[in-house]
Amino acid sequence: MAPFAGYDMPIQYTSISAEHLAVREAAGMFDVSHMGEFWIRGAQALEFLQYLTPNDVSKLKVGRAQYSMLPNAEGGLVDDVYVYRTGEQEYLMVVNAANVEKDWAHVQALAGGYAVELENASEDWALIAVQGPKAAEKLQTLCNTDLSATRKNDTFVAEVAGKAARLARTGYTGEDGFEVFIAPADAEAVWQALLEAGVTPCGLGARDTLRLEAGLPLYGHELTDETSPLCTSLAWVVKTHKDFYGKAAMLARSCERRLVGLVLEQGIPREGYKVFAGGEEAGYVTSGTLSPLSRKGIALAYVDAAHAAVDTPLQVEIRGKLYAGKVSKLPFAPLG
Amino acid sequence: MEYPDNLRYTKTHEWVLLENDGIVTVGITDYAQDALGDVVFVELPDVGEQVDAGEGIAAVESVKTASDIYAPVSGEIVEVNIDLNDQPELLNTEPYGGGWIFRIKPDNPADVEKLLEAPAYQEFAESQ
Repeated sequence: MAPFAGYDMPIQYTSISAEHLAVREAAGMFDVSHMGEFWIRGAQALEFLQYLTPNDVSKLKVGRAQYSMLPNAEGGLVDDVYVYRTGEQEYLMVVNAANVEKDWAHVQALAGGYAVELENASEDWALIAVQGPKAAEKLQTLCNTDLSATRKNDTFVAEVAGKAARLARTGYTGEDGFEVFIAPADAEAVWQALLEAGVTPCGLGARDTLRLEAGLPLYGHELTDETSPLCTSLAWVVKTHKDFYGKAAMLARSCERRLVGLVLEQGIPREGYKVFAGGEEAGYVTSGTLSPLSRKGIALAYVDAAHAAVDTPLQVEIRGKLYAGKVSKLPFAPLG
Repeated sequence: MEYPDNLRYTKTHEWVLLENDGIVTVGITDYAQDALGDVVFVELPDVGEQVDAGEGIAAVESVKTASDIYAPVSGEIVEVNIDLNDQPELLNTEPYGGGWIFRIKPDNPADVEKLLEAPAYQEFAESQ
């Protein structure tokens, strides 16, 4: 067990590689109950979310979910979030565990003047993410709703193992899958039922290698209070045709460095390692690991914009030696 | 977890075997391999290198993390386990056998006796 955002969390149940491959090839589950949840309800819930987040919430129909962010006044990010429209005037925002207090203060501070009701429901939900190409098949054996009739980013209420749940066809692994919100008192029974259905328990270690192989940024590493999403692969989230908090500051910034994927021929890059281009320091690694799929060292790194094009040769310094690699497209691996 | 009685141990989780020829063989303990998880790469020291006790001279990479391996005694590196280049997982499967990492000719063989005995190491490891 390891401390993570104030929670004791398993890094691995058996082995990171085995858990990783279970998700890529079949189905795995993650206890992500530590994530935070905020309700945003009321006549001006849509207007408020349009101001609070840079994605276009007006496109979000009831029963659909959208990836987004909470920009700060300087064009950096307070957090990255998922927004679920659960009713005509009701939205659920899921935020990173480490940021719950910071996000809650931010959301409350910006809500002044809007006809909305805010509720921090972070303690009301347990959350189990069931991920992998067989996630739908395994979950279907326990669920009273036809999952084949749902698609990516749908959200709906259903029963799982006889317990009331909200499901969303979302995740953080690059695979198909569902996130299952349940009452904390039901979490153990649902986890046990999933285990009996043949879903592999996975720890934080595999969660990190899976999201990294999928090229998905993690707040606190690739995304921070200082970084602009416009300098990352997430620029698509920022819709400049609408107004949002921090927009002018975000658009006024330039990208001296860009977030890229790196693949090394040998060696394993790790967070904080320096990146070089032709002998000159050109950036730094924000997350790195061995890809359990390709068995190569992969990383996300901020590098000088001049060296950010796919296939640009770059080097990473590991224990005093330079290891050759190049800029990769994202995701690193072709995923389900 | 196994901690054989014929070995000596360090607080940085290396095991040390003093062989009859006065050479010491070094690897990482069962506790260390379990904490690292799947070992995927071992960076070996150079044969002929003179090392000081406590100096980081090799590294073990698992999927999860990178970890330095320290010289338990001062001396000269006389052999490294090149099998680990192709089979780094030997550190997980045979930590006290095929997973040995390097051999040192100690400047002073008596230095080995200053290292921890199995019960003391076990107590230390289990308190981590």
